[in-house]
Amino acid sequence: MNKAKKGRAKVALSKPSEGASGLTGLWRLRRPVIDPAKCTKCHLCWLYCPEGAIARGADGAVWMIYEYCKGCGVCSEVCPSKSISLVKEG
Amino acid sequence: MITLKDLPVEEYYLPGNAACSGCASALSIRIALKILGPKIIVVIPACCASVIQGYYPKSPSKVPIMNTAFAATAATASGIVAGLEVKGRKGIAVMGWAGDGGTADIGIQALSGAAERNEDFIYICYDNEAYMNTGTQSSSATPRGAKTTTAVMGKGERKKDVPEIMIAHDIPYVATACAAYPLDFAEKVSKAMRLKGLKYIHLLSPCPPGWRFPTEKMVEVGKAAVMTGAWILYEWEGGKYTLTGPSKGLIDKARRRPLKEYLAMQGRFSKIPEAEVEALQRDVDSKWEAMKKRLGA
Amino acid sequence: MIIATGNHAVSYGVRAARAEVIAAYPITPQTQIIEKLAELIQSGEMRAKYIRVESEHSAMSACIGAEACGARTFTATSSHGLAYMSEMVFWAGMGRFPIVMAVVNRTLAPPWSIWNEHTDMLALRDSGWIMMMCESAQEAHDTTVMAYRIAEDERVLQPVMFGLDAFSLSHTAENLELIDQEAADGFLPPLDPERLPVYMDPDNPVTFGNLLGPDKMMEFRHLIKEAFGRAKGVIEEAAKGLSKATGREQHGLIEDYRSSDAEVVILAMGASSGDCKDAVDILRDEGIKAGMVRVKTIRPFPGDEIAASVRRAKAVAIVDRDYSYGFGGIIGREAASYLSKKPLNYIAGIGGRDITVEDFRKIAEDALASAERGEPGIEKWWGMRGLEG
Repeated sequence: MNKAKKGRAKVALSKPSEGASGLTGLWRLRRPVIDPAKCTKCHLCWLYCPEGAIARGADGAVWMIYEYCKGCGVCSEVCPSKSISLVKEG
Repeated sequence: MITLKDLPVEEYYLPGNAACSGCASALSIRIALKILGPKIIVVIPACCASVIQGYYPKSPSKVPIMNTAFAATAATASGIVAGLEVKGRKGIAVMGWAGDGGTADIGIQALSGAAERNEDFIYICYDNEAYMNTGTQSSSATPRGAKTTTAVMGKGERKKDVPEIMIAHDIPYVATACAAYPLDFAEKVSKAMRLKGLKYIHLLSPCPPGWRFPTEKMVEVGKAAVMTGAWILYEWEGGKYTLTGPSKGLIDKARRRPLKEYLAMQGRFSKIPEAEVEALQRDVDSKWEAMKKRLGA
Repeated sequence: MIIATGNHAVSYGVRAARAEVIAAYPITPQTQIIEKLAELIQSGEMRAKYIRVESEHSAMSACIGAEACGARTFTATSSHGLAYMSEMVFWAGMGRFPIVMAVVNRTLAPPWSIWNEHTDMLALRDSGWIMMMCESAQEAHDTTVMAYRIAEDERVLQPVMFGLDAFSLSHTAENLELIDQEAADGFLPPLDPERLPVYMDPDNPVTFGNLLGPDKMMEFRHLIKEAFGRAKGVIEEAAKGLSKATGREQHGLIEDYRSSDAEVVILAMGASSGDCKDAVDILRDEGIKAGMVRVKTIRPFPGDEIAASVRRAKAVAIVDRDYSYGFGGIIGREAASYLSKKPLNYIAGIGGRDITVEDFRKIAEDALASAERGEPGIEKWWGMRGLEG
């Protein structure tokens, strides 16, 4: 029940937001790129992404949310089929 | 046992937050909220998790967060539990999510009080083994030998064993976890929430900038902590200890990787003298001996 | 009509106010407040949850948590407990949680002292709490209920603390007329969670308290300033409303006692005000036009109201049972900024020393004599005895 809370701006209350700290993808020095041919859709990258910047579709496909991916490279390390390579950004 | 497929796709902690690249705490709150959300109120004290939320008017959290003062996590959570109860607001879980400073040091009084009263909430300490939010000063959870800004030659004192302290309070459930084993963590969170009273999970949270290792190695470092035996995965319930995950197979010292492999991965242990490494290895071994006794093995 | 101590009068007030969560830690001389409340809850007479917290800091933290879930909360403390709690007192004030707290005013250590002094509570006057001080057990009882009415008012939404002097009020048994529960319920409706600034609700998730930069902080703090601006009116309104509900005169910001035509006015606060009134009566009988203004509310500071009450007086004697080292008596200095003529500031009762009727009488005479000599307002530590002997 999400009623609009009128007149509640009495203190600073923050609302849920993607990109709460902006387009954190801009932090990246290298970007993870999935090779769809090698990807087995095990979803370990999705599990381990600290950001939640890997999306997982109903058909099992995974893709990077590059607006927010910080390029930490954890996905690349945990991928059992070595499908994710880290490519230098810019 | 929770598998990857059991975890909901929905994110309750949204991307584009202020966490450092490769943050184990951010990973772990993501996982915890998949188990606990969305009917939950989270209490967060001053710590990395408070600044990870970023600035007003935005927050990455799709569940309500009550930020509170450094020492106050467990007391604020106790108040929330009481408030929900007297107002008849049922079915809302309460979680305290605090760093090692706010748990083992400044927050330990409130945590002990809540444990003694057996307040009905889950308390998860994400332990990055120093005051990381303020720039890597030592906490009582910093392990012996680790360099911090206030122990530039490496900390002399041993790490405070908070899970054992919580066990001494005889609360319904105590467990250790590691960010590198999210499904083991998820299982423990899920199990804890089926119990009434105070549940405590101590989660090792490898920190790339603070422990000084490349961000992509975050999971590898966490795994090494467990595989060398430096960090033991276990749960305690009603007087009984049970090893979980890979720790189950590590009672035999021969199965444990040498500690120096774990230390070598982290800049905070750089140039650590050989004699110190041996002393730390002996510490790990005696911890396992003590655990063996508790297991009756 | 019953006989009750100031402390128990507060407990009965909390019962009448139907507080729902009480989190408190014992400290002399507050203990009877929370013991009585624990008894009322455990006997089932009060439907509330008592959190036996392990420190005052946790008491306030728990009240904040409970209030954020829609519960009406209460705590009580004194002196060192308040000092230890102070971080969270600011949190409650700046976070706008309408908590009510009783403070039994006691000297701060070291050395240890259990006796009455007001510095403990006054030291927190910058924390965004409405702050009041009671004279009698009756007033402590009535103010408890009034405090919730003020705190939870849509126009205010700030926490309220009120003081009672250690031992001379907290432990002094006086006549007490309990507020009729129906009258209390009529005066103080249940807390409406819709009006709470902070309300934790998974169906409408918000994050409270995350970082707020310099770009917006002033504006949010200004909202609190505005609330305090409206608070004076709300306090007077609440006092009138409670007067009607109880049939007893209630005071809001100040109490005037024979001050309108007084040549010398004493400003006093707390339990000694009763003795001050006696002194005023004695002086009047002797032909001296004395009067008293009792400071009931300290925040928002009733400077204009005090100034109006004393504007015709030749001499104003402000008695402070407190001190701000390096500055002066706190009420004395705060009031002085509103008065056209410099008041005399008498520092008395520090560490719990008695201020007797005779003391008040002599203070009034001293003040008049000073005024007649054309002396500017000075500070006098009253009744000093010297350290020898």
